[in-house]
Amino acid sequence: MSTLTIATLPKDELLAPGHRMCQGCGAAIVMRHLLKALGKDIIIAHATGCVEVTTTLYPETAWRVPWIHVAFENAAAVASGIEAAVKALKRKGFINPDKKIKVVAIGGDGGTADIGLQALSGMLERGHDVLYVLYDNEAYMNTGIQRSGATPMYAWTTTTPAGKVWRGEWRRKKDMISIAVAHKIPYAATVNFAYITDFYAKIRKAAEIEGPTFIHAFSPCVPGWRYEPHLTVKIAKLAVQTGIWVNYEVEKGVFRVTTPVPKRLPVEEYLKLQGRFAHLTREEIERVQRMVDEDVDYINKLAGTTVIGPVERK
Amino acid sequence: MGKVIPISGNYAVAYAAKAADVDVIAAYPITPQTAVVEKLSEFVANGELDAEFIHVESEHSALSAVVGASAVGARVFTATSAQGLLLMYEIMHIASTLRLPIVMGIAARAISAPINIWCDHSDFMAASDTGWIMFMAMNAQEAHDLVIAGFRIAEDPKVHLPVAVGYDGFLVSHTIEPVNIIERDEALKYAPKRVTWYTLNPDKPITLGPLASPDWYFEFRVQLQDAIEGAREVISNAFAEFAQHFGRKYGEVDAYYTDDADVVLVTMGSASGTALAYVEEARKEGVKVGLINVRLFRPFPEEFIAKHIENAKVVAVVDRAVNAGSSFVGPLYSDIAVTMFKRGFDIPVVNYITGLGGRAVLKDHIDHMVKHALSLVGKKMRDIKTHYAFVGVRE
Repeated sequence: MSTLTIATLPKDELLAPGHRMCQGCGAAIVMRHLLKALGKDIIIAHATGCVEVTTTLYPETAWRVPWIHVAFENAAAVASGIEAAVKALKRKGFINPDKKIKVVAIGGDGGTADIGLQALSGMLERGHDVLYVLYDNEAYMNTGIQRSGATPMYAWTTTTPAGKVWRGEWRRKKDMISIAVAHKIPYAATVNFAYITDFYAKIRKAAEIEGPTFIHAFSPCVPGWRYEPHLTVKIAKLAVQTGIWVNYEVEKGVFRVTTPVPKRLPVEEYLKLQGRFAHLTREEIERVQRMVDEDVDYINKLAGTTVIGPVERK
Repeated sequence: MGKVIPISGNYAVAYAAKAADVDVIAAYPITPQTAVVEKLSEFVANGELDAEFIHVESEHSALSAVVGASAVGARVFTATSAQGLLLMYEIMHIASTLRLPIVMGIAARAISAPINIWCDHSDFMAASDTGWIMFMAMNAQEAHDLVIAGFRIAEDPKVHLPVAVGYDGFLVSHTIEPVNIIERDEALKYAPKRVTWYTLNPDKPITLGPLASPDWYFEFRVQLQDAIEGAREVISNAFAEFAQHFGRKYGEVDAYYTDDADVVLVTMGSASGTALAYVEEARKEGVKVGLINVRLFRPFPEEFIAKHIENAKVVAVVDRAVNAGSSFVGPLYSDIAVTMFKRGFDIPVVNYITGLGGRAVLKDHIDHMVKHALSLVGKKMRDIKTHYAFVGVRE
């Protein structure tokens, strides 16, 4: 594969304009580039969620590839059936056996980490040749910003409001990619579109590997995270620069950080742009910083070297 | 023609899916259906059936997976019972409105609580509002035949709907009977594979399962109603051609001695066999009783039932399920009562609920019902204080 640069990104737009995703929506950027990276020979099974409802308001659709939505918790099961059908129909001569068709399942954090976890686990464990893409906006945004298992510590949501007793979410974010890796799948990776060539390389690698692969995509949400639409990519970049999000991959059990960060920014730089963290006290921000430091230590241990450096105070 | 072998209802269903040369099977074990997935696994394991078998982690995923496979154009099969069917319930509505041909076996079983693995029709009846075409087989042969007819009906371009074939848990699923097995070539001649529905194909991309606003949702649901109503003719033709191909004649209903009967019993499933044995004996003793066995439950065969109760003085509906707190109590009763109301029948129609959770339905129970029903001859519906009774229940 030739090295991809910003100038050589594919020109085909397989996600049509005119969809109803918000201005500045992170998921819209994820989907557009996901499709560009995958090309047209795919079939998508999509879980219920923001992207599903905003791209398919009948009689219009934004999808220029075959696409099906069945329900919230079963994208992985539907994808399993599609993959099995393609295999059987190729064998029996109903589909050209030389035709390359990649089956892709897409779900948000609610549809993946919570209600769809069982179906996902089944799909990964059974070894279906399916790429599963989790677009993680860290709450149930489609129903109006309720916490999910992927909501981070202290985040305000409508079901974890910051009040006199509650300080926003009080539990740590579920580590979905470790759950995926625990199924001994051949490839799993985190992606962040602020690092677009890394994003493309991983999507393409995940699609080319036969068997179940898992991509965890960082997906900022303007109304849910409470920031101005023009800040989406900046926030995505700060997530990596502060170490609260790490771009890495696990290929056949081998862990590798793909975006090293020699000098980290304080996590406050990331938090302060988002209204969902506006209620945090100095102590709470420091607690988040300590959690990020712990997570970075763990990543460095897995990497066997310091790929994510210490915080450099201004 | 095929050969006759002694097999259970579950195996009869598995043999039918094999004869139909299904491409994808997704199923999960649950008593009393489990033997279907075991047998199908064996067929695939031995290379007797070329299919993808998906060992799903739940019934919800079983139906979801066959929905996905059907959307690609594969011939698909699943089977379940009771709690498994309830777990599928959400996806059943979606399968029918997406207009995807699927055939499912339901080994009819009681619903928890208390947990009970034995026969009644609680699960089958709970699925009756999902837009599926639904049959209830009386025995293993019928279960076998209806699965094969089911593929032909489901995949008919005028239908494109999922089909459920019910058969009584244990009473049919585990009873060994001589079954005339249809072979693959014969089955495919009768129900050829021809993909006429929309499919997910990268060369012709389509969007399936979109969001529909109040501007459009209503039309989708009306199309479902039109499709299942339109299936009546296809079902009749499928039965007629089934008789030509295989020599076994099926109707939407079976009627026995209804021309001059004072009391017409209406039953479904294996209890119809018991009721028929009773009716034949009672007739010898001069009791004017007749019987309707309801084979097709959705779309409900109103015209056929109305025709066979024209001369009745009392209609006695036997249910193996309870819709607690409803005006009708027994679900089959509700369809029969509405059928009669719409046609201006002014004779008593009463409901006997029996055989819940595997309690045996005996000829004595049928006798009790018929004697009670005979006591109502000449009355009007408005004279009857309580329209239902539980038969065979502990006092």
